[in-house]
Amino acid sequence: MIASKYKVGIVAGALILFGLVLTAYKVVSLDLPLWPGESREVWTIETKISFQPSDGPVDVELELPSGLGGWVTLEEHFASSGFGFSVVEEGDGKVARWSRQSLEHPTTLYYKQQAYRANRDLLPDFPVSEVEAPLLEADQRAAMERLVMDLRDRSSGPATFAALLIQELARSQPSQDAEFLLGTYRETSLRVMLDVLAYAGIPAHTVRGIQLQDGRRRQTLSALLEIHDGSDWQLLDPVTAVSGLPDNFFIWQRGDGAALRVMGGRDSRLEFALVSNSLSAKTVVSMEQRSDDFALLDFSIYALPVEQQGIFKGILLLPVAAFVVVVMRILVGLKTSGTFMPILIALAFLQTTLLVGLVIFLSLVSVGLWIRSWLSHLNLLLVARVSAVVIVVILLMAVLALISYKLGLDQALTVTFFPTIILAWTIERMSILWEEEGGREVMVQGGGSLLVAIMAYLVMSLSVVEHLTFNFPELLVSLLGVILLIGKYTGYRLSELYRFRDMANMK
Amino acid sequence: MIRLVAPSTLRRLGILGMNRRNISFIGANNPRRNYQLVDNKLLTKKAALERGIVVPELYGVIEHQFQIDHIMEQVQDRDAFVIKPVQGSGGKGILVVVGRDGDRFVKSSGSVIADRDLRRHTSNILAGLHSLGGRNDFAMIEALIDFNPALAEYSYEGVPDIRVIVLRGVPVMAMMRCATHASDGKANLHQGAVGVGIDIGDGHSIAAVQHGSLVTHHPDTGACFKSLRLPDWDAILDLAASCAEMTGLGYLGADIVLDRQRGPMLLELNARPGLAIQVANQEGLIHRLRMAEEIAATAPDHAARVRLARDRFHRPEPVFPEEPVAFPSGAA
Repeated sequence: MIASKYKVGIVAGALILFGLVLTAYKVVSLDLPLWPGESREVWTIETKISFQPSDGPVDVELELPSGLGGWVTLEEHFASSGFGFSVVEEGDGKVARWSRQSLEHPTTLYYKQQAYRANRDLLPDFPVSEVEAPLLEADQRAAMERLVMDLRDRSSGPATFAALLIQELARSQPSQDAEFLLGTYRETSLRVMLDVLAYAGIPAHTVRGIQLQDGRRRQTLSALLEIHDGSDWQLLDPVTAVSGLPDNFFIWQRGDGAALRVMGGRDSRLEFALVSNSLSAKTVVSMEQRSDDFALLDFSIYALPVEQQGIFKGILLLPVAAFVVVVMRILVGLKTSGTFMPILIALAFLQTTLLVGLVIFLSLVSVGLWIRSWLSHLNLLLVARVSAVVIVVILLMAVLALISYKLGLDQALTVTFFPTIILAWTIERMSILWEEEGGREVMVQGGGSLLVAIMAYLVMSLSVVEHLTFNFPELLVSLLGVILLIGKYTGYRLSELYRFRDMANMK
Repeated sequence: MIRLVAPSTLRRLGILGMNRRNISFIGANNPRRNYQLVDNKLLTKKAALERGIVVPELYGVIEHQFQIDHIMEQVQDRDAFVIKPVQGSGGKGILVVVGRDGDRFVKSSGSVIADRDLRRHTSNILAGLHSLGGRNDFAMIEALIDFNPALAEYSYEGVPDIRVIVLRGVPVMAMMRCATHASDGKANLHQGAVGVGIDIGDGHSIAAVQHGSLVTHHPDTGACFKSLRLPDWDAILDLAASCAEMTGLGYLGADIVLDRQRGPMLLELNARPGLAIQVANQEGLIHRLRMAEEIAATAPDHAARVRLARDRFHRPEPVFPEEPVAFPSGAA
């Protein structure tokens, strides 16, 4: 017996641990929220490529974002009517390629994606390439030399050097050297920065991406400056010199090179339209499971069609209700009529809401009992009598539904959710109990059943419970372990502390 | 405010709780396959007769609905008989006929029923209404116990039966259950029957309890329980102890009645005896059960077990209230 106790303990412990570990894994690693109501900001990014075709074949290549910084793509969709289209792996990332032999009209290609930031990941390592000194005119070189010397004097390392450089170039009245450089370059200040950094021997490149702004249309790519400080890469905003990756920055492309290459066209433009939605975390995960990022989710409820998901949402609540019954019967010691009848009543309550459900249940059972007492005079065989009660219950339900509908009480229409057969058996049992043990026992058992049903209902209707059972079905394995443990509980029931209360007085 | 007792107090007193009973005693001592012998009263009766244990005489068994018409033939020359389900539980579905009023039958409560009521009751039994798990069942008709007149005053409209808890052949605790008007002639304590704790040593009364409160007198007959001492105590213990061997159940409750002519008689056995016996005896079961385990391990035979049990569980002093309460009310 001792051995069996240990066996149960070990099995239960293992089950509980298994459920909790798997849950913890899903929370930590897959980022499933433990509490309901958490939402994720999902961005819909519509990329618009437009260009004027010139003669000859057209070839458009768009480098696709590769989920840097913890971004996860939920869905992507390409519009490419009339074009040959393919997505090819190229280096680290993917490239979308549209091609066509000839084109007459200006045309627009679309690429739409939905993405959200699952984690705040740091950027992965990036190879540091040899710094090549920029090709400069003599006067540019002299100005740059002076600028670099000045910045080196004032900085403590590559990071501060870059920050000072950004501030220097962004000032409304820059120093002569900086002004000269900005003036002779025909390009953006970013180009100047990259050259100055290269001149100073600091590895640097741009990180292109989108500044996320809800509702923004015709957004263009913007850039961050990424420099290598000797040990790590660091991101800097080329205007404000703030370091780090901004929250609203969606990285499209890291390193030099163009994000968009159009051959056989001109005036090409890359523009973005942005919409942000707050979707529940559940939805996000369910969308996500279609991408194969997480093999584990493929085996979750989310892998089922939406309809089956709805059914499972209810089924997965049953173990929790069973747990309530176990606790109330073994630990508290409530008497119920039928072991799991309270669960079925509780399920009906879920559909009808508690108060309406109670009223319907009590009125059906009491009228049923009254009619059943009349049936008992007819001296019928048991099965026929229960069947008669079933029919009576159904008729009562119909009458109740009709009357309430005519009175405009729509809630009572939910009466159909009550399990008819269970109601009939309840009525039959109660009626026998009444005859044999008296009304008091009927009240004790009926009241006990109803109390347990109400508690099971309250537990099942907690949104936390629904969320946990649906998203973490493995918690039910833990629940199984706990139920096994309770099955070995040899202590007193709460009701026994009352039942034997007078025994304390004995000698 | 509901008054509760601390679990530690119950543990100190050795009170057996439902969970502990189920796991440590029923689960550990009663192999599932042996339940059939106890739950099926026909099998019990057959096994008892093979061992020479006295049981009420069987008049007949009704197995099928169509046989109900023959019920009258089986009972036509009997004045008194009992109809009960073969696999009934908790004393449910037992119809006691004590006499005839022409064509009609007089129940123990004095009410008169017609033969169609008898048929309906039998039909309900066959449909499994009173049986464990609602299975189809048989009805058995057996002789009414002509109970020992020495005990007649302790029971109102019913047969007083003696419940003995037996652990591995060792009688552990006993009580007599006396029907009252409140219990409607039934010997169920929770319905208001009086439970009288009986000393294992010599069969005298220890305490009497109705609705959880100590009483001294029977509420309906006024008989004083203090002076109660069961006759044939040796035979009762012997019978109870031999039931353990008969059934192969390590933990059981034997329900025994005292017949005027035939002495102690086995009425039925229970593989899941209730806990109320502790209240009737004003003592917890656990300490005694532990001692009984020792006795069972050391005693060589049946007789030695009973002897050791009588020795160890003897309680000379009863715990009746000092002030006699003539007719206590039923309320606890």
